[in-house]
Amino acid sequence: MEHKIKLPLTSEAIEGFKSGDYVFLTGELYVARDAAHKRMNEALDQGNNLPIPIKNQTIYYMGPSPARQGRAIGSAGPTTASRMDKYAPRLLDLGLKGMVGKGKRSKEVIDAIVRNKAVYFAAVGGAGALLSKCIKESEVICYDDLGAEAIRKLYVEDFPVIVVIDSKGNNLYETAILKYKKD
Amino acid sequence: MKNIRAEKITEEVKEMCILANHYLSSDMNSRLNNAVNVEESPLGKKILNQLKENLEIADKEQIPICQDTGMAVLFVDIGQDIHIEGGLITDAINEGVKKGYTEGFLRKSVVKDPIERVNTNDNTPAVIHYNVVEGDQLKIILAPKGFGSENMSQIFMLKPADGIEGVKEAILKAVKDAGPNACPPMVVGVGIGGTFEKAALMAKQALTRDFDDRPTKEWVRNLEDEMLERINRLGIGPGGLGGSTTALAVNINTYATHIAGLPVAVNICCHVNRHITRIL
Ligand code: SF4
Repeated sequence: MEHKIKLPLTSEAIEGFKSGDYVFLTGELYVARDAAHKRMNEALDQGNNLPIPIKNQTIYYMGPSPARQGRAIGSAGPTTASRMDKYAPRLLDLGLKGMVGKGKRSKEVIDAIVRNKAVYFAAVGGAGALLSKCIKESEVICYDDLGAEAIRKLYVEDFPVIVVIDSKGNNLYETAILKYKKD
Repeated sequence: MKNIRAEKITEEVKEMCILANHYLSSDMNSRLNNAVNVEESPLGKKILNQLKENLEIADKEQIPICQDTGMAVLFVDIGQDIHIEGGLITDAINEGVKKGYTEGFLRKSVVKDPIERVNTNDNTPAVIHYNVVEGDQLKIILAPKGFGSENMSQIFMLKPADGIEGVKEAILKAVKDAGPNACPPMVVGVGIGGTFEKAALMAKQALTRDFDDRPTKEWVRNLEDEMLERINRLGIGPGGLGGSTTALAVNINTYATHIAGLPVAVNICCHVNRHITRIL
């Protein structure tokens, strides 16, 4: 099934997603990867606020290449999500609703997705030039010193993703392989 | 004795960094085109078509194929009859990487220290492997390596008794463990024999070999063919979302080894298997 969705995600939208669905996202998307997650986690440990409003938001695990003049961003495909597994359950419990990345997630993350009725999407890994065309605006909002790892806010239009882990915990990485496995 | 100027090396490496990140080699392109035709899963086909479109956009609009423009890995064959003047070859190469990544709008993905993790902001240092050969040529292979797939690489110190079946199991295990993380369809580089580090080096080098340039030993050719077929029966598919195209190629390099050992290194690469060669 295909969905066209406005960000931020609503509970109704998330409930309608099934593992394997194709979704086009339009709206604001936050970007953070390894170093930014580590810093956000440290901020929480110290009792400080997060630098972004996490509630109902979606985070894209990505570190872009530099933009050429006149462009919003450079190449901008997903990075491996499992490196954020250590931090994701805490953010989900604080209200994060969507994650966009590539690759497997841990059991702890899947449990947190189900517990918080959230969703994990995959974008096509290694298609950074193609995906960049759907990113209309990009702004670094904090942790500027981290360069490609700074936290950004994007405005995306019809950004294509696939529901991998839905709010019930169904996992496309496990089910799809079985369908095409031949031995 | 042939003289090669260090600045010339810098210029070449700079261009190579930019080209490698915007264009794939023709053997990669033809495997990808072929995969679109044979892929069984509709979603898999759609993803493969997106990868083709991605390559077209990278070319037309000069956007890197992937945002992870990699750590620069170089294999440099130095003919023993050449003389490099005007600086140290390693400095010249690193200067080329710095210029290529800065002027070419490529991502700087290198941190100075593995624990302190401060970005060097120019993608240096490169990882450079030198080899002295006969003749008066300087051959440079540049292979920018992304870490989504690099992180899924494995090394197995098998016993001689494990034999070729053990090797097959090791390769399949590495590919299965990599799954969606390595941005399939993958290219699988394998090094069999040598020592711990020699096997790893061969696996990396195998990734830079043209797919049509087949190994001379028959058992190695057969193993490449069998492994490609078996990997594509695993069902992982494009993006790891199911399908019959999990790998585009398996390249295997081999070397002599010790009576007590059978090292097998599996260097996983994604479909953005970048490499470019220049001969000076
Ligand atoms: S694994 Fe390859 S295709 Fe995937 S993000 Fe890394 S460099 Fe890009």
